[in-house]
Amino acid sequence: MTTLHIDTELFKLKNSLHEMWLLVDKQITKAQIAFMEYDKSIAREILSREKMVNALELKIDSECENFIARNNPVAIDLRLALAYIKINNNLERIGDFAEGIAEFILYNMTEKLPDDFAKRLRIEEMFNGVAEMFTLAKESLHEENSAKAEKIFGLDNLIDEINRNSNKVISEEINKYPEKVEEYLYLNAVIRKLERLGDRCNNIAEEIVFYLDAKVLKHNKSAFENR
Amino acid sequence: MYNIDVKDLNFYYGDFHALKDITMSIQENSVTAFIGPSGCGKSTFLRLFNRMNDLIPDIKMTGEVNIDGRNIYAKDILVDELRKEVGMVFQKPNPFPKSIFENVAYGLRVNGEKNKKVIEERVVESLKGAALWEEVKDKLKKSAFELSGGQQQRLCIARALAIAPKIILMDEPASALDPLSTLKIEELIFQLKKDYTIVIVTHNMQQAARVSDKTAFFYLGELIEYDFTEKIFTNPSKESTQNYITGRFG
Repeated sequence: MTTLHIDTELFKLKNSLHEMWLLVDKQITKAQIAFMEYDKSIAREILSREKMVNALELKIDSECENFIARNNPVAIDLRLALAYIKINNNLERIGDFAEGIAEFILYNMTEKLPDDFAKRLRIEEMFNGVAEMFTLAKESLHEENSAKAEKIFGLDNLIDEINRNSNKVISEEINKYPEKVEEYLYLNAVIRKLERLGDRCNNIAEEIVFYLDAKVLKHNKSAFENR
Repeated sequence: MYNIDVKDLNFYYGDFHALKDITMSIQENSVTAFIGPSGCGKSTFLRLFNRMNDLIPDIKMTGEVNIDGRNIYAKDILVDELRKEVGMVFQKPNPFPKSIFENVAYGLRVNGEKNKKVIEERVVESLKGAALWEEVKDKLKKSAFELSGGQQQRLCIARALAIAPKIILMDEPASALDPLSTLKIEELIFQLKKDYTIVIVTHNMQQAARVSDKTAFFYLGELIEYDFTEKIFTNPSKESTQNYITGRFG
């Protein structure tokens, strides 16, 4: 059987989103390295790549619009186009978080976070947690595996817990080093960005489940949890 | 209640089993679309609702088609009376070689209406109902053939409306029309829904998605899936429905 035109178009769309995914993956991976190692050159790299993320977001939006206009998709094809628009937007926002972390490293961070402080803050654990969520989301879409996407929702709890704990740890550190108050307030904003990055991964997982299973989990987590 | 209730329906052309064990209910004042590949039985099924298949040789039918609670295949049913209640519009506009006015008045005259005033009122009312009045009010005596294809199709709808049916069957009513005329027919279907029960056969997926409340997907004489149109076009239950509406059939 010959390949349908619509399948060729879908293949292009999937490739574009995959490209976006790889790019944003690189941004958050590099943000983690730059932060943990206090490496300003990597932070600068992130900022220079951010324009590519924005350009790719616009390209994918436009491709989705064209796909809808030209193919009048229905059922799973329609759900894919709608989900891709939202996933694309979430990926771009995740790219923004990486940019925000890079800016913190460049303009607000004065030294590598002391090991003891980093440990109490559980920042590496948080970076690893969101990276795991992000990878799981990427794999679940690539493998079209909604069960894998649903695993992401549970992982968010760890990120939330670290986030809640961070206020106490940072305020203790500010008390110890009052001259660093501004830097640590900005650090608090980095923690928030990671927490929201986890939320964005959740959003992406919801869209993957919508695309694959036509289930709407958005604003309806209790329905998911009670299943 | 002019709902349509079909029970355990089987239909055969000679040895060919064209419709298999179909049971479905169509609510009044709704638009129901029948979709499916050519030869799936959707038009045969539609034509059962006003007994258009009766004259085809060597057919056999079992089961029931109930309209308003009456089995229309019962022995005491008068087909002429049935067709006053169940009008039909075909794929190609088929106006009579008469004036615009006479095309619409024809059904009334055939049914014995002689009062000129009543006929005139009904013609105007029907042309308005078919969203054609403004375009033809100054040329009612002109031949129907002078109208465009889209106007001719709306004239046929006006002709169907004139005998005040309860149900209107449409067999691909816009397939021979340009996009603007198609849009007018679809807008008309929306308006007519208030007063009529409409069943439409269409090969145009977007048309089914746009105009209908419920959609039925037929394949090889079977009713595969019948559900709300939003459900069929966003999340059909059956894989074969999805394959058909997304163009990946076969």
